[in-house]
Amino acid sequence: MKVRDLINSLNLKILAGEKGLEKDVKGVYCCDLLSWVMSHAKSQNAWITVQIHTNIVAIASLLELSCIIIPENIEVEENTLEKANDENIPILQSDLNSYQLCVKLNQLGIDE
Amino acid sequence: MQELLSVKYDVESGDFIRGGEASSSIKKLLQQLGIKADIIKRICVACYEAEMNIVIHSYGGYIEAKIFNNKVEIIAKDRGPGIENIDLAMKEGYSTAPEYAREMGFGGGMGLPNMKKSCDEFYIDSKMGEYTEVRMVVYF
Repeated sequence: MKVRDLINSLNLKILAGEKGLEKDVKGVYCCDLLSWVMSHAKSQNAWITVQIHTNIVAIASLLELSCIIIPENIEVEENTLEKANDENIPILQSDLNSYQLCVKLNQLGIDE
Repeated sequence: MQELLSVKYDVESGDFIRGGEASSSIKKLLQQLGIKADIIKRICVACYEAEMNIVIHSYGGYIEAKIFNNKVEIIAKDRGPGIENIDLAMKEGYSTAPEYAREMGFGGGMGLPNMKKSCDEFYIDSKMGEYTEVRMVVYF
């Protein structure tokens, strides 16, 4: 499954990183504690977090995560979006909360 | 054991916007050198944690990567304030990060333990009021 497919299936809003939409998604990681993400998330995971500062892009890029999903329509800082565009990291926004997103992603057949 | 090349990046205190860029540059260099992805990931984790520690906790410092034919050595050194109790700092969950950093998702007390776990050799040294230096080695 590609990032683009997630956007269509979950009705996500693309905030940044449009050049990264063809990336493959394998698994989902949901956590807001950055060191925990750094040591546990796996390459190609879609990452759900409520953090919105620029450092989330650095983490996604270092770990080669496929995209960042921001729940509950949280607004993302402008410089985060700029950095995501530079690094081709899609930042996607949803009106669902983290749990609801996980349920839907599971229903789409994405394993952990 | 021959040193092939080394790179050094300054890391500014409190610069969360650029925090991670040194690690990112080191990662790109290792990729260009054809180092295996799982090795690069371990170096990235160690390097990023060290870099963010300099941003959050120090008055500024640098990250240096020395690449040899069989290993990479990462040195992270700052200009203080130093760590009072290293044993305590190494404990998972122990953190002295300020409130604003915790709200940003830092300060989980995982940084130093993550670094130690990610590399094959880990050395830390600190002198109050002077510096903290972390040296990490990952073999290819």
